[in-house]
Amino acid sequence: MPEEKEKKMIDIYVMGRRYKVPEGLTIMTALEYAGYKYVRGCGCRGGFCGACSTVFRNKDDYKLKMDLACQTAVEDGMFLVQLPFVPSVRTMYEVDEIEPEKDDNLLLEHYPEIARCVSCNTCTKACPQDIEVMDYVQASLRGDIDRAASLSFDCIQCGLCSIRCPADIKHYHLAQEARRIKGKYIDTHSEQLKERVKELDGCVYDERMKELVKMSKEEIKIVYDKREFKKGE
Amino acid sequence: MILMDGYLYYPGCTLKTKASDYEQSAIAVMEALGKPLVEMDDWYCCGAVQSLTTDDLIHQIAPIRTMCCAQEQGENTLVTLCDMCYNVLKQANQRVKDQPENLDTINDFLDEDPDYLGEVEVYHLFEILRDMKKEISKKVVKPLSDLKIAPYYGCMLLRPTGIAIDDTEDPKIMEELLELIGVDVIDNPKRTECCGSYHSVNRSDIVEKRVEDLVARAVEDGAEAIALSCPLCQFNLDYYQRTTDYDIPIFYLTELIALAFGLEVGMKKHWVDPKKMLKDKKILE
Ligand code: SF4
Ligand code: SF4
Ligand code: FES
Repeated sequence: MPEEKEKKMIDIYVMGRRYKVPEGLTIMTALEYAGYKYVRGCGCRGGFCGACSTVFRNKDDYKLKMDLACQTAVEDGMFLVQLPFVPSVRTMYEVDEIEPEKDDNLLLEHYPEIARCVSCNTCTKACPQDIEVMDYVQASLRGDIDRAASLSFDCIQCGLCSIRCPADIKHYHLAQEARRIKGKYIDTHSEQLKERVKELDGCVYDERMKELVKMSKEEIKIVYDKREFKKGE
Repeated sequence: MILMDGYLYYPGCTLKTKASDYEQSAIAVMEALGKPLVEMDDWYCCGAVQSLTTDDLIHQIAPIRTMCCAQEQGENTLVTLCDMCYNVLKQANQRVKDQPENLDTINDFLDEDPDYLGEVEVYHLFEILRDMKKEISKKVVKPLSDLKIAPYYGCMLLRPTGIAIDDTEDPKIMEELLELIGVDVIDNPKRTECCGSYHSVNRSDIVEKRVEDLVARAVEDGAEAIALSCPLCQFNLDYYQRTTDYDIPIFYLTELIALAFGLEVGMKKHWVDPKKMLKDKKILE
């Protein structure tokens, strides 16, 4: 064990109540250090699932900030609260039945409130993924589904943009529909992928997988280093 | 000036979707005139309706953000095609020029983004075309002398007076452009009346009455088609004719100019197909 170093303790305020926590923790671990136990608002702990949206203010800064609790370090004097859930309603559609080629205002029809966007850019500032959120809303509004899908690719559906938007837009559901349409109707479909899925359905790799699961870390490293790429991989 | 030739151009959402006929024909016309429309790198939905409330600055953000985009591209001239966009952008721009305290508030709100300096000027495409009469005449290869057309302005190009592209009560800009391409221009006393505008959303009965009234007068006076530039007027006059006894084509003026230049662009998304009449008249093959 490395030498125990004296950690500097800082004050954070969770829902208004003060706690002393060691400097350098993420908000998530600091909350656990303070005695909270997660039943909601925590998932992957790796910045991928979008479950740990946190709203906070720092000392001497008038701005309300948002970020992911598992990815953000606590700061002295931070006031924070975690959002276990963002209420947001999704428009129902059948992805096989929509006709984006014929209807260039499909996203606007499914989410008419996007026409209320005032270009304030608050959503973009809220996004922990540094996505150009306003730009994907604007792209959706002008029927540019391809651009909306590409811009929103890194969205983890944390909902922080939607909580902040003065126009009540449900950004992440809108963006998800754009990406689904792009995947199904805009992007070219890969033949290799189809073949690979067929192979998987035919259980071609099951034996190989069983072997891998049994291997030790060292054995896996050797197999990994020796792997060969076949045509089309 | 970064663009040596041509104009920085703001499309607006409708021109990218329902009114693509207008965008394509305008681009073709300006290309033919050697002054291409160059789409802005970034632009934002204008909001479609200018908010008249004096303390409602949030609805001025989008148009001013677009002004900023033009400024950051090094341009002071911004051209629009859609009458709604023109009206909103022009009014918002005028407002912050007249009321610098509004501009300060907006610039404060825009935060990290560059301040808008208030130096961009907004133009409607017709204003640009009005100054290019010689060039237009030179490009006409197929004068449309066999077409009787009534011009229609609607509201957005002419009201309020401060942003009008022409005389509010007696505009001539469209008449002059139509004459240049050889059209037999039908005098239209109802050309500055409202088409019913957004009432098409929830009070279509109002729009139906307006359309009946406007089209009937044009037809009685001998018009075979109407020319205009507002995508909403176009939709109302075109779509709602089904509730009347009429079915005359509603052209974007740029579609007609393109035709006179020997180009067939646009004319794809109309409800009353204009190509049928053009073929009957041997203007199209
Ligand atoms: S776009 Fe919205 S929901 Fe998606 S990651 Fe950014 S803030 Fe979260
Ligand atoms: S927060 Fe809402 S209104 Fe503001 S730019 Fe984003 S989508 Fe538009
Ligand atoms: S717990 Fe999944 S992103 Fe933070």
